[in-house]
Amino acid sequence: MSEILTNCTYFGVLLTVGAFLFGLWCKKTFGWAICNPLLIAVMVVILILFVLHIDYREYEASAQYINYLLTPSTVCLAVPLYRQLELLKKNGKAIVFGSIAGVLASMGGILLLSVLFGLTHEQYVTLLPKSITTAIGMGISEELGGIVTITVAVIVLTGIWGNMIASHICRLFHIEDPVAKGLAVGTAAHAIGTARALEMGEIEGAMSSLAIVVSGTLTACTASLFAGVW
Amino acid sequence: MKLLRQFGIILLITFVGELLKSLLPFPIPASIYGMLLMLVALMNGVFRLEAVEQAADFLIEIMPILFVPAAVGLMDVWNELKPMLLAVLVITAVVTVLVMAVTGMVTQWMIRCDKSAVGIRMPWTIRRDGQETAHE
Repeated sequence: MSEILTNCTYFGVLLTVGAFLFGLWCKKTFGWAICNPLLIAVMVVILILFVLHIDYREYEASAQYINYLLTPSTVCLAVPLYRQLELLKKNGKAIVFGSIAGVLASMGGILLLSVLFGLTHEQYVTLLPKSITTAIGMGISEELGGIVTITVAVIVLTGIWGNMIASHICRLFHIEDPVAKGLAVGTAAHAIGTARALEMGEIEGAMSSLAIVVSGTLTACTASLFAGVW
Repeated sequence: MKLLRQFGIILLITFVGELLKSLLPFPIPASIYGMLLMLVALMNGVFRLEAVEQAADFLIEIMPILFVPAAVGLMDVWNELKPMLLAVLVITAVVTVLVMAVTGMVTQWMIRCDKSAVGIRMPWTIRRDGQETAHE
């Protein structure tokens, strides 16, 4: 049975899209923070592969056409960035300093905790791009010699966690300005956090999209410096 | 053919991004080069926003799905992840909160400094004609 499935060219793509649509349906129906479409899609795909005894490699071969679109999608993040150019210019200074502070806090925090946990260099650089969007994070992890699949898993975990805690953290630390809220959520939890920021408001969503780009670029430019420390 | 033309432009920029990545020595992914190229092209009117808008919005909308295969790869690296599982969970939980709080507080502080008259005057708020920029 599983051989018939994996012999079909469209099996992997169909399973992926179907699982994600199921995740969207769950979110719409139940509306809990844990009902993250991405989290559900990943769990459903793993469960189905496990039950049908299909090897990850066979699924990957079939689902690679989905990965193919990651680079052009990231290129397209320039479009919302271009749309928010005015908002960006108006708050340029605050956005630049806030993003730099966030990116330094991220990599500094990871460095500190990696030293405390006694992680190896490979494990440390695997975690380094954990707060930025997967497309860029995968590239950085690969360049620095990290374990790309673990990087992706940690980026997804970070996104889902950030998505769940975003409004609580903003309340706890008295972050009330919509620009600051959006930037905070996007810098900490990339695209998955942005989905939550869009629910908070239009400006939050726009600033969170912007933060994906800014923090991703800043991290891409500085990660190799942090990688040299430990 | 409109969407095909839009997708064609996006693919062309992606391709140039790949070329830059292989030609330049920096550890920057092709996607970032492509994104910056796209932004520069839009800002300089090489093509209008409408020339890529629909295809770009579609690609951004489906972005979360594109991460699924890579995240499913977790089942393939479970054995490598297990020895560092505790560290991964603690670092993810703590650092995400830290980044969100630091980014939000610094940004908000900077915005409020800009807006309030008693805020700290940074040298770059002074315009070239010697007058300070208006506080809103």
